[in-house]
Amino acid sequence: MAEQDDRFLNTFFEEAYEHLASFENTMLEIESVADNSELVGRAFRSLHTIKGSGAMFGLDDLSRFTHEVEAVFDLVRNGKLALSRPLADLALKAGDHIRCLLDVARAGGEANCDAGEALVAALKKVSTSSGARKADGADPATYRIRFAPATDIFLKGVNPLLLMAELRELGRCDVYAHTDNIPELDALDPESCDLFWDIIITTTRGIDAIKDVFLFLDEESEVRVDTIDDGSSSEISPDYKKLGAILSERGDVDSASLEQFINARKKIGEELVAAGVTASGKVESALMEQRHVREARASRAAEQGASIRVPLAKLDQLVNLVGELVIVQARISRLAQESDASPLLASMAEELERLTAELRDNSLGIRMVPIGGTFDRFRRLVRDLSGELGKDITMTTEGGETELDKTVIERLNDPLVHIIRNSIDHGIEAPDTREAAGKPRAGTVHLSASHSGPNVVIEISDDGAGLNADAIRAKAVERGLIAADSTLTNAEIFPLVFQPGFSTANKVTDVSGRGVGMDVVKRGIESLGGTAKIDSRPGEGTTIAITLPLTLAIIDGLLVEAGGESFVLPMQTVKECIELTRNDAAHSHGRRYINVRDSILPYMRLREWFGINGNSPDIEQIIVTEVGGRRTGIAVDRVVGEYQTVIKKLGNLYQDVEGISGATIMGNGNVALILDVRQLAAAVESQENEALAGR
Amino acid sequence: MSVAEMTSIAQYLTFTLAEETFALEISRVKEVLEYTSITRVPRTPDFMLGVINLRGNVVPVVDMRVKFGIPQVEKTVNTCIIITEVSIAGETTALGVLVDSVQEVLDIEEDKMEPPPRIGMGFNTDFIRAMGRRDSGFVIILDTDRIFSADELAVVAASQN
Repeated sequence: MAEQDDRFLNTFFEEAYEHLASFENTMLEIESVADNSELVGRAFRSLHTIKGSGAMFGLDDLSRFTHEVEAVFDLVRNGKLALSRPLADLALKAGDHIRCLLDVARAGGEANCDAGEALVAALKKVSTSSGARKADGADPATYRIRFAPATDIFLKGVNPLLLMAELRELGRCDVYAHTDNIPELDALDPESCDLFWDIIITTTRGIDAIKDVFLFLDEESEVRVDTIDDGSSSEISPDYKKLGAILSERGDVDSASLEQFINARKKIGEELVAAGVTASGKVESALMEQRHVREARASRAAEQGASIRVPLAKLDQLVNLVGELVIVQARISRLAQESDASPLLASMAEELERLTAELRDNSLGIRMVPIGGTFDRFRRLVRDLSGELGKDITMTTEGGETELDKTVIERLNDPLVHIIRNSIDHGIEAPDTREAAGKPRAGTVHLSASHSGPNVVIEISDDGAGLNADAIRAKAVERGLIAADSTLTNAEIFPLVFQPGFSTANKVTDVSGRGVGMDVVKRGIESLGGTAKIDSRPGEGTTIAITLPLTLAIIDGLLVEAGGESFVLPMQTVKECIELTRNDAAHSHGRRYINVRDSILPYMRLREWFGINGNSPDIEQIIVTEVGGRRTGIAVDRVVGEYQTVIKKLGNLYQDVEGISGATIMGNGNVALILDVRQLAAAVESQENEALAGR
Repeated sequence: MSVAEMTSIAQYLTFTLAEETFALEISRVKEVLEYTSITRVPRTPDFMLGVINLRGNVVPVVDMRVKFGIPQVEKTVNTCIIITEVSIAGETTALGVLVDSVQEVLDIEEDKMEPPPRIGMGFNTDFIRAMGRRDSGFVIILDTDRIFSADELAVVAASQN
């Protein structure tokens, strides 16, 4: 039993921290959004959940404190209190305190979070200054309003548009105006209202609030309010009534004629109109209702946690198993391709291949999480740091919905923090300096994520001072990285900041510049199979682009052979394959260059690199690879073809072998090695340099 | 049999290399495989034969003949790979050990162990934990912690020599 309690408690903590993070993000987001009612609602719900489940686990301190915060947000939610920046600050501090309480509760120690009472006092002051509390809001329900005003409504000084605007304030509204009753132009009286409306509204305020809007209309105007979806049903399927049902329920078409058309089994709306049973406007309005309710239900379904919490280890296990399944499937496919295999086996193998590919994509998809969560965490970092440094910095994001493997995202966190800190500390200037340079006082850090082929590109850019090429150069000379008289372009100079211990900042601040530099960032990104590029313009800012593979578990590979041994090259590095005849090789005077469409391509022989004996075939294949903008050829005996590569670790015994990044198991059960193209290219380059130095 | 007696007897898996009989603690042995095709990992020392596919996992294999400086021979039907579990850099890793043949599981009592001779072994005696006496002569009990340590198996350092 105790064990079970523990488990529940763990889940509670996990969820509470999550809700707290969501609450913080909401607070940070609220400042930049004009219509924040939805955000306030979200913040309120987060607090409410923490309070409720905290009380359930006997964490009275937590639930009491959260209650106070919640009380304030209830006022905000009901429009009795405006959400100002000071309030958001207070809310963030309260969030910190809740975190402190949670930490204490989890560690099981005595509470030593002193901020509590002061915060409660501050919160109470805010909440009492703005009137009494209101009852808890109900679930959102959806209503249908048929509003057919009397034709002389304008003469009575009623403006239907204002009524509609009032309705919009209650919640999400879809309005359809029926124009059926409008007469021909010569008969039109501009002072009579010939329109009537269907309004579908989703609100938490209840039917009475809607009726209140129409309170001052006389009896000649028709107002009918029906509840079409009360929101309390446990059914969260986004399906809603069929179109015919909506029309007949409204009395726009009688059920007998409806029956007739349903049997005809055509697109019912069109048919009904064509037959003159109802007007096209009515059908369109009904379609609108259908759409509105579907959307309302879908958003409710998303909210009601149509998700399930699964330990990461189970997912890893699943991905591993799928990886093995892919291997077995490859073996079966190979068997099926043999000449004496039965056609039945061939078709089954094909089906298996399709299913396996789908299963693989799906199970890898489970591990994918949007990067937006990581971006949101940085919002707080930017806010806190810029405050600390007396700078005015806003963070903008783009492409937060881009998904990446969870492991990749987790390991990306530190490098990103580092880059952002650098941008804030060294990149963006103090407000006065910015103003003097003719830039807005507030600096911007922009984070964006996007897909690019099999990769995800994450860009961190700032509009700061940019990198100082001269300073970097001087530093590089001082550290002996480059010769004093070497001429380098900016594109060659900037990557030098990725060298270990390289920092051009003159002063060491609390925020960055503690000696661990961009080399850590680069190493972190490379360990994920990614690359980092840096670009900068003096006075305009710096952009760092990180390119990452979508997942670490399975890659597309190119299977090649050299001396009877099989190797896999990551497909993303392969540009093309060209033939190398013995003649070509001879004519290059022993040097490893080949002319590819009038450009010089340095290449290496896999046979030589790996010390494989025997003679190479007359015609070798050169795989042209490109890593980090550098093209290198790798000569092999034969190209076998594309290969779905499940990456296996070589283990810590082999982890430092140069030129090998891992292994995979092939269809025949043998192991093939995966080449590390980056290292091979670097080796080719150093060979080249040695050759040059030797001459 | 008393508890003391039971704990003083350890079980060993014996195998042969050339004419010698060696032994590994049975608790370190996971399984014994027939010889299967080994994928060479280039630019590594000769005694590191390469890797095999063990039910979807990639497992490195060490050739004990090369490690002990005994000339290599053709593989026979008796050639085996003993899969052991070793701790390398704090991580438990499966490691295959290629031997001429696997013999039997042997009980050797503590009092039948003798310290290794300093000379006359033809290879590094540091790897020997003890010599176990039995009717037909001696078994060389290997010190798995030593022989399969990160230093001994350091592939990169050796390959750069």
